Amino acid sequence: MPEPFLIETRGGKLDLQAEPMLINIGPSHPATHATLRFQATLDGETILEMEPEFGYLHRCFEKESENATWTQVIPYTDRLNYVSPLMNNVGYVMAVEKLCGIEVTERCKYIRVIVSEISRIIDHMVCIGTNMVDLGALTNFWYFWKPREEVYKVIEELCGQRLTTAYTRIGGVMADLPEGWTDRVLGVCRDVIPRCIADVDALLTKNRIFIERTMNVGPITAKDAVALGFTGPCLRAAGVPLDLRKDQPYLVYDRFDFDIPVGEVGDTCDRYMVRMEEMRQSLRIIEQAIANLPGGPVNIDDPRFFLPPKVKVYENIEALMNHFKHIMEGIRVPAGEVYSATEAANGELGFYIVSKGGGGPYKIKVRPPCFPLFQGIPHLVKGQMIADLIAVLGSVNIIAGELDR
Amino acid sequence: MSVVLDRLRTRFPSEVASTHSDFGDDTALIRRERIVEILTFLRDDPELLFDFAMDLTAVDYLGESPRFEVVYHLYSLEKRHRVRIKVRLHEEDPVIDSAVAVWPGINWYEREAYDMYGVVFRGHPNLRRILMYEEFVGHPLRKDYPKAKRQPTIGPEE
Repeated sequence: MPEPFLIETRGGKLDLQAEPMLINIGPSHPATHATLRFQATLDGETILEMEPEFGYLHRCFEKESENATWTQVIPYTDRLNYVSPLMNNVGYVMAVEKLCGIEVTERCKYIRVIVSEISRIIDHMVCIGTNMVDLGALTNFWYFWKPREEVYKVIEELCGQRLTTAYTRIGGVMADLPEGWTDRVLGVCRDVIPRCIADVDALLTKNRIFIERTMNVGPITAKDAVALGFTGPCLRAAGVPLDLRKDQPYLVYDRFDFDIPVGEVGDTCDRYMVRMEEMRQSLRIIEQAIANLPGGPVNIDDPRFFLPPKVKVYENIEALMNHFKHIMEGIRVPAGEVYSATEAANGELGFYIVSKGGGGPYKIKVRPPCFPLFQGIPHLVKGQMIADLIAVLGSVNIIAGELDR
Repeated sequence: MSVVLDRLRTRFPSEVASTHSDFGDDTALIRRERIVEILTFLRDDPELLFDFAMDLTAVDYLGESPRFEVVYHLYSLEKRHRVRIKVRLHEEDPVIDSAVAVWPGINWYEREAYDMYGVVFRGHPNLRRILMYEEFVGHPLRKDYPKAKRQPTIGPEE
């Protein structure tokens, strides 16, 4: 039996003689949305201590990558953040291209921006939708799920898959955009998504129940958020306008006109507001990118890094040999090390890659945005109610796939 | 040479073993003895201000000596620059001082490097395995750990 102890309450009085209760949540719990586990020490319903645990979805991404060729790693990256897989594809190939010194074509850059931004929108939809389910507002979930389906339809048309996209290639993309694809994306971005954002906005943003349930729930100061390594919407909700699309522009983000929303107190409500506004800004980026989408080739024309066209493989021996080498041995990436970061939906997605000059990576380290966010959960919920943990967890958007790798 | 590496070299001439800016990434190889002091300097120096510890990992260069390398990736919010700090550790003594006091957010990264490579972070408040379970034997990301090796999954304590 542990020693009973007294806990001081806010009024300076002593609470009833109590002993803290240890409660276990997860690893299989509907509100964690992933295989996460928490051990919370409670006084009544107040969280005193909290120990998060993960690793239940560890799939040895890094070990497997060390035994694959450079191109074979691309499908593995789908499984990192499986809510917005296209962004992981883009992040990974950009790191390899940095190592190879490849400058992809203008058209390819625009396409990558478009697919990244539609991924950001569906990622935020999933985050807000599921967060609201946990708080009992199921309608919003359906309002976001329906347009998400429309987005999945255009993604499926793009690469034949809904979830495991593996769309990008080193030096380009798997295939150019299908005929009329941009019109259909514009249709979704003009008619479907703004409507659902407006619906959810009308249901929640000025809803007293929602505001009281989320305001000052799980707040964090800007200083603490930086010290804990937060990035993405959770950091911006705390008032720090760090966004790599603006601060260290990659692809062609410096050519678009968009704003970075920031919050004030970094609570659940701010995180919701930041994500809602980011979806609108992403729509702006998509509009501009499609309007300025250049023609021309989509892939680089460099037999060292990119597969020859299939027709040529059937016709001449050089292309056939080249194809064989690419598939069996992998492309030759120069020796060296790079760190390449992109702004994924949850924050900075970094790839640290070490090459020894072989056909495959010597080491790949992913810096998943969720990792520091999950580490910060105890800081967000300490002193709050156990029910608030569910609200905070949903708003931070922990994706076990990239957390555990 | 870049501003960051220049400043680091001037301040710690004997600690910086080598620097390079290959592929546009500023990199400094540091001796391990005064690592916390150097990281604190990188965080607090008004011209550097590396307030984000974005990433920490280890690399196993099996067959080389020293075998292990601990790699820090830092980012500055205000200056918008990055730096990579590397420290080499010998196989017999893979120990380095913990940087948790400099950036609290580096805590779990150090636990992961310990779990995956067996690098020991001296002074870490809670150096336990993070992805693998406590009873796991060995460090799976070491190059001499076989990829297909299986271990019994042991249930929870008690």
